[in-house]
Amino acid sequence: MSDQHDHPHETSPDGAEHLTYHQAMEIAVRELLVEKGLLSAGEIRRQVEDMDGRNAGLGAKLVARAWVDPAYKARVFENGNAAAEEVGLDHGAYKLVVVENTPQVHNVIVCTLCSCYPRWLLGLPPDWYKSRNYRSRVVREPRTVLHEFGLDLPEHVTVRVHDSTADMRYLVLPMRPAGTEGWSEERLATLATRDSMIGVALADSPGS
Amino acid sequence: MTVDALQARFRPGDRVQVRRAYPLGHVRTPWYIRGHHGVIERLCGAYPNPEELAYARDGLPRQPLYRVRFLQRDVWPDYAANAHDTVDIEIYQHWLEPDERGVP
Repeated sequence: MSDQHDHPHETSPDGAEHLTYHQAMEIAVRELLVEKGLLSAGEIRRQVEDMDGRNAGLGAKLVARAWVDPAYKARVFENGNAAAEEVGLDHGAYKLVVVENTPQVHNVIVCTLCSCYPRWLLGLPPDWYKSRNYRSRVVREPRTVLHEFGLDLPEHVTVRVHDSTADMRYLVLPMRPAGTEGWSEERLATLATRDSMIGVALADSPGS
Repeated sequence: MTVDALQARFRPGDRVQVRRAYPLGHVRTPWYIRGHHGVIERLCGAYPNPEELAYARDGLPRQPLYRVRFLQRDVWPDYAANAHDTVDIEIYQHWLEPDERGVP
């Protein structure tokens, strides 16, 4: 470096000069929490790591148990949080409402106001779940939106859209695919995909 | 004595109308459902009022929260698919009134 080194440096390699209002607010609040000793940076990192590590394989455990155990399935509808704990999952900070797909009824979940989602069972919501496109249209024309996801339901099937506006979080219990008789819970869980638990798809079929 | 939670005013099966109100601030009742008629699907419990929590108040007394079921064709006049299709929405009690139209 020369002594005449006086040009301004690029100080924000990730483009921090373009922070949105809420991004800047998040950083400010986080730094204040750490400065005041209410949380440590390590605790925050651990929470982020925990959240990033969650995925739909968790919710699939609940689904697979419900597919093989009718008594457990009844408990899922009575008290979803307790049923989650029963299969070794977290209870969750929000009340869990599980809705059942049947040959007569198909359920699909949305949060039209923001992006409420059972994160402790499915991980972070997909980008499309947070999009204005999905949020505004799935309540207005659910069958068209499901068609765009590749799901065409017979006209006689009742479609129930669940708008997650407050203190409940929703999980769809998809129908158990045909051809899975005698399968173990572990194997069944591989068919319960994230999208089938949001309700924009059916559970995978064996071999699909 | 302060009341911790308000008493539930509605029961599953009751017909209700969402208030047609447009207050400013943090509101959890979606715009598209205000003024519409539906049926109480279940009582979810009682929760601090988010319209108060959003402004750092305690949200007490807790408001009963319901899941209310609306027929899509009632919500969207041009809804052409299955007449039984529904949208189910969580709505706090202070946004609900009895359906005054009587049983259809």
